[in-house]
Amino acid sequence: MRFTNPKHSLSTLDPSGESPVSLLPTTPEDMWHAHNLIAPSDLLRAHAIRKVVTTGSTGSTTSDRVHTDLTIRVQSVFFDPAASSLHVSGTVCQENQYVSLGQHHTLDLELNRPFQLWKHSGWDSVSLKMLEEAVAEDTGEAMCAVVMQEGLANICLITEFQTVVKQRVEANIPKKRAGGSASQGGMTSFYEKTLATLLRTVDFSQPRPLLLASPGFVAQDFRGYMQSEGQKRTDKKLQRMAKDAVVVHSSTGYVHSLNEVLKSPEVQATMRDKRFTGETALMDQLYDRLRKDDGRAWYGAKPVERAVKEGAVGRGGGVLLINNKFFRSLDIKTRKRFVALVDKVKEDGGEARVLSSDHESGQRLDALGGIAAILTYPIYDLDEDEVEEGGEGEESGAAAEEGAMII
Amino acid sequence: MARHQNIRNLDYEAELEEYGAFSDEEEEELSPEDQVRMREGTAQVLEALGVEAHKVPKTQIEESLWHYYWDVDKTITYLISKYIDPPKKPAKTAPPKTAPKQDAAIASASRQSFAHLFRDLPWGNIPPERQAVLIPPPQLPAGLLGGSGAPPKMSKLQQLAAARKKKAEEKSASGEVEQTQVKMTELTVNDNQASKENRPLAGVFGKRVKISETTAQGRIPLTMAEPTRPEIPQAQAPEATPSQHQEEDPIDPEPAVAPPKAQPSAFASTLFGPSSDSPKRRPREVFALPYMAISSYSPDAFGKPSPDDVVLAAQAKVATAGKKSANVHNKKGSSSADGVTNQVSQLKIDDTPLPKSRNLNVLSEFEKQKGKKTASFVVVGHVDAGKSTMMGRLLLDLNVVDQRTVDKLRKEAEKIGKTSFALAWVLDQRHEERSRGVTIDIATNRFETETTSFTILDAPGHRDFIPNMIAGASQADFAILVIDASTGAFESGLKGQTREHSLLIRSMGVSRIIVAVNKLDTVNWSQERFDEITHQVSGFLTATGFQPKNIAFVPVSGLHGDNLVRKSTDPAASWYTGKTLVEELEASEPSARALAKPLRMTISEVMRTPQSSISITGRIDAGSLQMGDALLVQPSGEKAYVKSLQVDDGEPADWAVAGQNVVLHLSNIDPIHVRVGDIVCDPAKPIQCVDTFTLKALAFDILMPMQVDVHRGRLHAAGKIEAIDAILDKVTGKVTKKKPMIVKPGTVSRVRVTLHSKVPLEAGQRVVLRSGGQTVAAGLLE
Repeated sequence: MRFTNPKHSLSTLDPSGESPVSLLPTTPEDMWHAHNLIAPSDLLRAHAIRKVVTTGSTGSTTSDRVHTDLTIRVQSVFFDPAASSLHVSGTVCQENQYVSLGQHHTLDLELNRPFQLWKHSGWDSVSLKMLEEAVAEDTGEAMCAVVMQEGLANICLITEFQTVVKQRVEANIPKKRAGGSASQGGMTSFYEKTLATLLRTVDFSQPRPLLLASPGFVAQDFRGYMQSEGQKRTDKKLQRMAKDAVVVHSSTGYVHSLNEVLKSPEVQATMRDKRFTGETALMDQLYDRLRKDDGRAWYGAKPVERAVKEGAVGRGGGVLLINNKFFRSLDIKTRKRFVALVDKVKEDGGEARVLSSDHESGQRLDALGGIAAILTYPIYDLDEDEVEEGGEGEESGAAAEEGAMII
Repeated sequence: MARHQNIRNLDYEAELEEYGAFSDEEEEELSPEDQVRMREGTAQVLEALGVEAHKVPKTQIEESLWHYYWDVDKTITYLISKYIDPPKKPAKTAPPKTAPKQDAAIASASRQSFAHLFRDLPWGNIPPERQAVLIPPPQLPAGLLGGSGAPPKMSKLQQLAAARKKKAEEKSASGEVEQTQVKMTELTVNDNQASKENRPLAGVFGKRVKISETTAQGRIPLTMAEPTRPEIPQAQAPEATPSQHQEEDPIDPEPAVAPPKAQPSAFASTLFGPSSDSPKRRPREVFALPYMAISSYSPDAFGKPSPDDVVLAAQAKVATAGKKSANVHNKKGSSSADGVTNQVSQLKIDDTPLPKSRNLNVLSEFEKQKGKKTASFVVVGHVDAGKSTMMGRLLLDLNVVDQRTVDKLRKEAEKIGKTSFALAWVLDQRHEERSRGVTIDIATNRFETETTSFTILDAPGHRDFIPNMIAGASQADFAILVIDASTGAFESGLKGQTREHSLLIRSMGVSRIIVAVNKLDTVNWSQERFDEITHQVSGFLTATGFQPKNIAFVPVSGLHGDNLVRKSTDPAASWYTGKTLVEELEASEPSARALAKPLRMTISEVMRTPQSSISITGRIDAGSLQMGDALLVQPSGEKAYVKSLQVDDGEPADWAVAGQNVVLHLSNIDPIHVRVGDIVCDPAKPIQCVDTFTLKALAFDILMPMQVDVHRGRLHAAGKIEAIDAILDKVTGKVTKKKPMIVKPGTVSRVRVTLHSKVPLEAGQRVVLRSGGQTVAAGLLE
């Protein structure tokens, strides 16, 4: 994404939002950025195709599809991650010869067509940060990961800001039976299916990193299969792909195992500079702290807000983790509240990370309610209901109630 | 009597001529008590009919009484609707226009009136279907006109009707009982209202002709059923009260036995005499069905079973009834009724015959069966503890595997430099398993001792394959925990999968555990080592929740076979005087089976066999099934039929009950609807598919809202812990803390889990939650 006018930059931006920002999306990823930038009650002007029905003097009607530019007040935004398309619906607030005020229209933002955006509530720190990320230079190719287990493969594309599951491959692998070698054939046909799907759904014309992850030996065998296929077909590209593929261990073949994949040393070494590896590490840190239950990690909106208010998320290791969905389709008041939270943390010298909820780490955070914080010093009573903490923690395994347990 | 014999023989000949494969069976007379009941019933009916009584021939009353099994009220209703106050009849009563071949013979023999020939003979009271064999009317073309000898096509209208009817049936599949009652009334007296135009009549004939032409399915059971027919009262009276029976089995023999008949036409009467006892009764039964009596068109005509179906259903019912009289009773009426109705409707769509249910009472069959008890056990333990090798040795010593096979394996193993794996290869048959030297998937094998037939489930020990181990443990009655006694290995195992496996099998509901302390030969059968391990492991197991009396320890050597089948001969091991592993196994009682519950079976494998393109295997968790049963596969919600089945050791069987490992050969289902991990259940009491559930979970690790994998047998689904509602007291189950931030290991809590997709789960099932390759919790669904 870039500014339509090359003279514009972040520094020339009008923070009140009254003059428009004109942006040009150039890659599918930019649609995701636009999705984060455009919030309800903003004004958006973009190219539109509208069906116009005109009634002649005789009462006959003719309908035409006209190309026009429309300005709408945004009511809702819908993003389709698989197709990377963005639909913004709202009411027309600038009439022209085809439409009148107040009519509804849904704008489909298109690649390489500029749009103009007026922020209703001005550009706050969070949206400025998002804009900054949006107009930053593209940081390179998306990474492809195949997370698999026997009979299941998820082909994912991991970009800077989101993880898109391109395709899910399922196959029925015969289980082992006395004297049967059927499962071998089953696995081979599963690999065949996975490879065909992988090559079809992901563009490998430019070399891009390929991660193969699985429990056991599935990923390794799949790589072997790719290699032998490459030799069989004398396909240099496939051979190269197989050679460069990184095999990582994961505990299952489901998408959420990507966490383990992303924090594995093999991936860390190759993708050090990627943003999501840092986020994954932060999430792990948070989970570790929660495990220790030392009062330095909290999740949920209320405890975190209280911790921030007390200044506990500050210099020296304080981190606020917040999902970007909080800034997306909320009413202005809630949004302001969270923006204030982020600003306060920054002011205190802490780190505020807005995680993409389209990434695996963001989804882990989502499970915790979308917001969590690592504090610089322990606070124990952030949870209101807290009555007796740790008082009833029985020793693990010390309860030998002779089968009287309720489970 | 000579003439009597004559007729009898003739009758048989006719039947034999038509069906070829008919074996003669004995005629039965009415028992004296039935005759008394008959007399009483007739008197009552006559009294009830009063002045109208003269309109009804006496034989008709008797016959009706017989059909309704001395239910006087029903008989009266029937007779009134039939003779005294009959609905307007259309002119068409469809007599056979040309007498078919078989008739000729009979007709010549029956020149003398059959009426008084048969009246006083007890076997003259033969139910109408007995005469069914005689006349398939060949003259009416079926369905659409045109074509010659080819099987009839359905008209578009008929197809539409069939489609609508099927839909309606599916919709109301749950409200079985009321529906069946309605159906029953439709089938009997109120059939007059089952409005129908005349045209489907052709379809009826067409269907009948077709069936007899192709498989003769509809009829063979029919004829077989006849001779035993009069046995019904005696057979049923002691075992099932009529009301109960009715409730259980919507396809009741009674209404089926008496599809209402019309008066013979004038032509028919002249041809065959007036008596309803004439051997010609069968054709009338078919042609003069009362629903043809209504000529007016009713808009919801297709909402009800079409005449084709009614007739076919009636035929099927007669078959059912016949089977019943052979003193076997329908097990679960609603499902088989459903099955039959569905079979009927399916028949219209494709011609592949549906499997026939034998309608056994599986539970009583099971009780009758005397044989060895069956039990299955899972072998668990840390990776490389020697599980597979031990089981290989066990099978060799029990002569399940012969020495030659093992020698061959040993040679192969030598080739890749893994001689010590030869025994394990008996079970590890996959290429990967052999080349890598680890078990990946569950291996099943069987052996028998004098008292019990055992199923071995050899589980993988590697942590990556714990999902497979869970699948195995869910099929087991008890477990063998194999522990590597060699120095260092025991200690690392206790931290590793020894711990996780025992937690898992405990939370899967296995309560009996035999600990095999393996590789004791490597420490020279040191008793100290054995005692040390026994001490540590029993402490740990009791802490896990096993009762001390359910834990047994056996020192073994899996590689050499000491204390497996035979006692160790090593002098160093002479200190051990207890039982061998096999003796311990025999001493274990399999857990109680949930026989009476609705059917549940988790599919552990889907495959293709010569018997069917879709065969599934698994262990029946609850309930029972038999050949011909309809099954529902969840979550796809598709119905399938059991074409045939095999139990434990591949023996073909007619039925199977909970606790058995079975192979089911299915029909009438597409392979895409059947996957490993799906649940097969009773269509009448299906398992629900859920994507959110509450769990009473015992935490093995810290629990907080996080992403987890949910395991139940072969079922494996991804989801997340949505919220932790409360921490519960371990013993009393009371809430000790609401909405905790985290749950500590060893505590019990109530958590809410949401899944990414709907899976079949229900309350009372045990599931395991895993995250990041570790078991974090296990619990019971609420």
